[in-house]
Amino acid sequence: MTETNARAPATAPRIVTRNVTKLYDTVAGPMVAVDDFSLDVADGEFVCIVGPSGCGKSTYLRMLAGLDTHSSGTIHIRPGSDPKKPLNSVVFQEYAVFPWKTVIENVAFGLQMRGVGKAERLEVAQYWLERVGLRKFAGYYPHQISGGMKQRVSIIRALANDPEVLLMDEPLGALDAQTRIVLQDELLRIWEETRKTVVYITHSLDEAILLGDRVILMTAHPGRLLATFHIGIERPRTVETLNTAAFAELRGAIWDQLGREVTRAMEMQS
Amino acid sequence: MTAPVEAKAAAAHAPAVDDVPPGRTRAEGLVLPAMLGVLAGICLVWNGILYLTALWAPFWWLALFGDFVLIVLVAERIGRVVPPKRRKLYERTLAFGFPVLALIAWQLIVDAGILNPLWFPQPTRIARALWDVTVHFDRFSETSLLGRPWLIPSKFESDGWAGVWSLFAESHVWATLGRVAAGFVIGAIPGILLGVIMGINQTVRLMLDTTLSAIYVLPKIAIFPIVMLMFADPFGEGPKIAVVALSVFFLMAINTMAGVRDIDPVFIMAGRNYGARGLSLYRHVIIPAALPVIFAGLRLALGTALIVIISVEFLRAKQGVGYMTFYYWEVLNPEKMYAGLVVVMILGVVLTYGLQWLQRKLMPWARG
Ligand SMILES: Nc1ncnc2c1ncn2[C@@H]1O[C@H](COP(=O)(O)OP(=O)(O)OP(=O)(O)O)[C@@H](O)[C@H]1O
Ligand SMILES: [Mg+2]
Repeated sequence: MTETNARAPATAPRIVTRNVTKLYDTVAGPMVAVDDFSLDVADGEFVCIVGPSGCGKSTYLRMLAGLDTHSSGTIHIRPGSDPKKPLNSVVFQEYAVFPWKTVIENVAFGLQMRGVGKAERLEVAQYWLERVGLRKFAGYYPHQISGGMKQRVSIIRALANDPEVLLMDEPLGALDAQTRIVLQDELLRIWEETRKTVVYITHSLDEAILLGDRVILMTAHPGRLLATFHIGIERPRTVETLNTAAFAELRGAIWDQLGREVTRAMEMQS
Repeated sequence: MTAPVEAKAAAAHAPAVDDVPPGRTRAEGLVLPAMLGVLAGICLVWNGILYLTALWAPFWWLALFGDFVLIVLVAERIGRVVPPKRRKLYERTLAFGFPVLALIAWQLIVDAGILNPLWFPQPTRIARALWDVTVHFDRFSETSLLGRPWLIPSKFESDGWAGVWSLFAESHVWATLGRVAAGFVIGAIPGILLGVIMGINQTVRLMLDTTLSAIYVLPKIAIFPIVMLMFADPFGEGPKIAVVALSVFFLMAINTMAGVRDIDPVFIMAGRNYGARGLSLYRHVIIPAALPVIFAGLRLALGTALIVIISVEFLRAKQGVGYMTFYYWEVLNPEKMYAGLVVVMILGVVLTYGLQWLQRKLMPWARG
């Protein structure tokens, strides 16, 4: 690993979240979406957040990205050495691929906004399109490709932007099981090469354990920190890791806690 | 009545499904003419019975309604057996064939003296009137419908560009078109800009929304006298263009505002997250996201602009298609009034196509 050339910053966390609370003003009065949530993410760490639906995961990610305000507490992403690099790029739960831009224009969008020349940004976009098997669809408009393809476009739009921190909100959520496995594998390989700091939200515990260095469980509404699990399974991992004994063991331990929380959430709703 | 026809259609179609390709095309080639023959036969029988019993003339509307129903019923059956290759032809035939039939019926009914030709002059007479007004130059008002384009070469030779311009200047169509185009551009651009601002900024929206909505429901022609008051030359082009511009402006402001407010916030978030700020956020996210609604608004605005300009020309103009139509009312020439309507219709169709062309250019991503 390359810890030696930047020892001091490497010890300081890349993302600092302290006692963050988010209140939404609704007609029925203030509603707590995220409650006293604290999380530090180290440089190059892959953190997965799992929690019941509606517990405030997307809200937290939006606050992290600076797209939403928080009511109290502190949120900070430490800038890197290269000031031109964007701090964060989000893969949105709803993809948010622009229907009025072609696939390749979408992928190159972040670079375009940063003033990267046309030839260069198209070259970068082309590279990422090839990596996820979308080369042939570069000139298509989003309504001409499938939902899974749109999701891939949304993922590589973030990767092509090369941010300090990658914020992903259920990026594989709407995919069929097969495509999902292929893309999990691809994500593992890409992360192995780039070693980016990632905050990754998912509904799938398997996915969280497979991808993450750490798995954060959130409570049901309002979202609080429930538990943290370090995933010691050694890297590089592949989808084969899902079949190992270590994986099954971790999965059992985490499910024990998560299951109780999910049940509680369902009882609350009824 | 439904079952036998259906059975017949199925029976006629059956060999087409089972046969090998060459036989198949032959069978299909026979099915359509056969069904068209059936259609003509049924209609003939229906109208023939009414005619022979001398009921057609007093109950002509019932006869036509019956024809309409018969055509719908048979055309539906035909639609089910049309092979996909011929589908376009079938749709075209229905879309253009029916209006032609309606025109023929109109012609025959008026010829037979069932309807008053003063109110409904026959299509052939309207066509002749259209030809008349096209080639006619009115010496008294010094106007013509199209500006006599066949004179362009000789005028250019004698008077140069000024001569060509004088031809355009005498044209009713160009006068109306010019007013609509000028008013449209002058009204739509600021309207869209204000709409975008109102869509984004809540303060501006709250301040202006009530006022705009109140003015929006006002019949646009009602502001014409006020607009005339404001211009040094109340009978010139100024007030006519201004009233078109105003009506387009309010419509576009309200529509664009709705379009911008309707943008999915996640697109704006994505734009901002990937570094779009200020103008680039408008250029890359807000405007394209609102374009579908903006274009829907433009099509509405075009209709309003035509209504307004024709009314204004009825009231106060010495030139223009509206003026021409009204003039022929004053001299009681119904064919030429109808000719004026046809010209307005053609104008509307051409302008709508122009707008659709622009939409395809600006929104290449739109489906279909
Ligand atoms: N703009 C808003 N105004 C009011 N309440 C909101 C708003 N956005 C989200 N909420 C509420 O905040 C809570 C958390 O929403 P959030 O979208 O963060 O959940 P989530 O954990 O991402 O759920 P899911 O897993 O289904 O995506 C929900 O109860 C939601 O109703
Ligand atoms: Mg969410």
